[in-house]
Amino acid sequence: MARGKGLSTTLYEWIDERVQLESLIHFLSKKAVPQHRHSVWYYFGGMTLFLFFVQVGTGILLTMYYRPSAEEAYESVQFIMTEVRFGWLIRSIHSWSANLMIATMFIHLFSVYFLKAYRKPRELTWVTGFGLFALVLAFGFSGYLLPWNELSFFATKVGTEIAGIVPFVGRFLVRLLRGGDDVTGATLSRFYGFHIAILPGMVTLILTIHVLLVQRLGMSVPIKVEKEGEAGHGPVKDVPFFPNFFLHDLLGWYVVIAVLAALAALMPWELGKKADLFAPAPAGIRPEWYFVYMFQTLKFIPAKILGMDGEVLGILAFGLGGLFLLLVPFLDRDPAHHRRTRLFSGIGVFIVVYIIVLTIVGYRV
Amino acid sequence: MNSQPTQGTSPIETPRRSFLSFLLSTSIGASIVAIFYPVLKYLTPPKTGEPATASVVIAKGNELKSNSGQIFKFGSKPGILVRTPDGEFRAFSAICTHLECTVQYKKETSQIWCACHNGIYDLSGRNVSGPPPRPLETFKVNLRGEDVVVSKG
Amino acid sequence: MTSKLRWISRLGYGWALGLSLLMTSPALAEPPQNKCLDCHSALEGNLQVKSEKWATDVHMAKGFDCAACHGGDPTQMDNKLAMNRAKGFIGAPKGLAIVHLCGKCHSDAAFMRKYNPAERVDQMNEYFTSVHGKRLKEGDINVATCVSCHGVHEIRVVSDPRSRVYPLNVADTCGVCHSNAQLMAPYHIKTNQKEEYQKSVHYEALAKKGDLSAPTCNKCHGNHGAAPPGIGSVANVCGQCHAIFADLFDKSPHKAAFARMDLPSCVHCHGNHEIKRPTDDLLGVAEGALCVQCHVAGDAGYKQAESMRKGINQLKVALAGSESLLTQAEQKGMEVSQPTYDLIEGRQELTKARTQVHSFNAANVEGDVKAGLLISARTEEKGKQALSEYQFRRKGLAVSLIIILAVIVTLYFKIKDIERRQKAE
Repeated sequence: MARGKGLSTTLYEWIDERVQLESLIHFLSKKAVPQHRHSVWYYFGGMTLFLFFVQVGTGILLTMYYRPSAEEAYESVQFIMTEVRFGWLIRSIHSWSANLMIATMFIHLFSVYFLKAYRKPRELTWVTGFGLFALVLAFGFSGYLLPWNELSFFATKVGTEIAGIVPFVGRFLVRLLRGGDDVTGATLSRFYGFHIAILPGMVTLILTIHVLLVQRLGMSVPIKVEKEGEAGHGPVKDVPFFPNFFLHDLLGWYVVIAVLAALAALMPWELGKKADLFAPAPAGIRPEWYFVYMFQTLKFIPAKILGMDGEVLGILAFGLGGLFLLLVPFLDRDPAHHRRTRLFSGIGVFIVVYIIVLTIVGYRV
Repeated sequence: MNSQPTQGTSPIETPRRSFLSFLLSTSIGASIVAIFYPVLKYLTPPKTGEPATASVVIAKGNELKSNSGQIFKFGSKPGILVRTPDGEFRAFSAICTHLECTVQYKKETSQIWCACHNGIYDLSGRNVSGPPPRPLETFKVNLRGEDVVVSKG
Repeated sequence: MTSKLRWISRLGYGWALGLSLLMTSPALAEPPQNKCLDCHSALEGNLQVKSEKWATDVHMAKGFDCAACHGGDPTQMDNKLAMNRAKGFIGAPKGLAIVHLCGKCHSDAAFMRKYNPAERVDQMNEYFTSVHGKRLKEGDINVATCVSCHGVHEIRVVSDPRSRVYPLNVADTCGVCHSNAQLMAPYHIKTNQKEEYQKSVHYEALAKKGDLSAPTCNKCHGNHGAAPPGIGSVANVCGQCHAIFADLFDKSPHKAAFARMDLPSCVHCHGNHEIKRPTDDLLGVAEGALCVQCHVAGDAGYKQAESMRKGINQLKVALAGSESLLTQAEQKGMEVSQPTYDLIEGRQELTKARTQVHSFNAANVEGDVKAGLLISARTEEKGKQALSEYQFRRKGLAVSLIIILAVIVTLYFKIKDIERRQKAE
């Protein structure tokens, strides 16, 4: 027998004897994905995960040359962009992929929301997913400061200032975030620690739980499709994950690679001007696009509403909005059997429209 | 067309199928090379060792004679390294505070002078004569063997 | 006194009588004060001294009242008692009397030390060396005296932006007389200096860029000892700021040549009031250039001029070429901050070359031109590298995209193949 076997078979058997791969392989071969008119949304979770790996890969490469101190950060990024071979490629991919990842994450979040995939038994998947959402936004915010240019310095200043609006713990929060009272080199060190150590650690933990839950519970089928299946239109068809769905996934990932390569080569991420702690803020400072709707809302809120501080109310409103999203599986119980679920869809539409409109306004103003 | 057992054991290997598989593995292989080639090149250290930072090393700086000055590049702006008649090293931004011309050292009077409109600074960078409204920005100077290390103050 | 004055003083007398009856009543008894303004603020014409104006005066702020200059008794309301010659009243002084009146304090070092020890006390002496002073001594009362420029009852310190002799206001103050054709006619002095000055680069620096060290009338002509600098001293005067040019000119063959021809060195080429930003067109042998006003084809100066202009043109063109290359690269998204910085040095070499022109020695100019061309060549090289890197990236992108496209296409067909196979099962 030993002679007729190929190398891969030998390898497989060697590992299986020690790790018992058989059960894992069996599970993976049985893994199936429902096929229906809303199946396209299934791709976005994997897409976000793929982009996360791109971030980890390019991020690790960047640590080879990046220097996290106020005196050297900007110059080290300039060095990467000009002197390091393909440094421009790695850095631009990292910056573009961050934005792409947050975009796919938003799509993933809202597609799950509207398809009500958060319903029983997937409440924990949703909760861990929401945790990941918050962590990824934190990744974006902390990473944005690291090039230490004018835009990132002031965006961080404004963003951390907003944390100060939270009642009671606001000032403490600001000091915690900034490593002091102002945005300085101490902030940079701290944000770097968040960005490459603390946040990755937390994401690894929560992501593992999230992905394991998805594996355990399989893909959720939208209520309507389920009902059609029960009504006799035939059971919901399945395709095997390996190789069908996986190859589709791979196709999508290659398309994303092509997009990233084109963006990095044709629209390289700019270096900007080095941050000057003593210069006044340039006009029109705003955070990255994924925060603009919040930023713009705060700008529109009047200073006082019914005697209370407008900004505090704004922060509270967003906090409540986040809490609502986090708890939606527990608020919208049994969406299959209650018409109240329409209300939640309506709220979801409102949130999406609000975010889009405020973002556009934030760029027009 | 292909009336083979459909137990899904070994797939029918038509020439087209094997060609497709060959194409797929080759192109995926090529894409992996296209990804790892830049990564490998990236990890190879570039010729210019390190980024120019907020501190600049003036190689063999200590060869500068007393009572003379030398212009050097500091980040993206010019700086002037001065050695006083007593032999002490000092460094300043070489950008004149009047209209941003580059200053120079004047041996005859042991002062820093701007040729554009006759602005004069003393050896502490203070504006003592002519149009300049402010002193020159002072940098920190340290000696390290043969080299002079200048950094922002 | 003129009849007009007599009539006015009678009116004032009546006023004063009425007012003094009121003022001397016990209810309104006040400490001794400056009564002069009580009448003079209400008078018209030459006799008017508005109290708001006087309140801004520096002498008033230091505690000097009307009598300190005019004499008399400021506590009296009665005309005769107030403007009493016995009490030192001198009326409104004119001409030389003004100068001597101001000089009484301002030339007294011991006195001035009590107020501003660092202030000069030689203004009066200077004044008498000036054209104004000399003419005044000869009896011409139309010339400027202290009050013509400094004002009379609203004198502010020079550093006060509202002072008539604050650098920004000096040209206007001189212009009050010197731009007045009627006034200047008897002296045969032109009146277009202010107009010309306001077109100059010095005025631009002073008024538009706010550089208070930029010259205005008094910087070149002197303030108290005002006179046009003599032909021989022009270079010295300009050289106060433009030291390096004066230095080069001094060592050049033009110094002796210009002196021989009685030409006012710097002014001969650059003008005196309407000093415009010099362009390269002033240099060289083309029509309209200054050099060929004296030099002719074949003479030594002509050759120098030709060579200098050629060198400078060469450097200018090279730098412009490098700059456009770098701009192109930058617009394509390439990072070229390093060579852009080096180009600044190159431009400085061009400035140095243009400065060296004043040595009127082509070899000196050539030295700076060569240094500049070296820098320009280096930055041009970097610019070309940036552009070729740009091309490399595009080609690399094309290659990668082709590979990725190949993967996508074969994947697609593979998927279709598998699905077909699965359907058949």
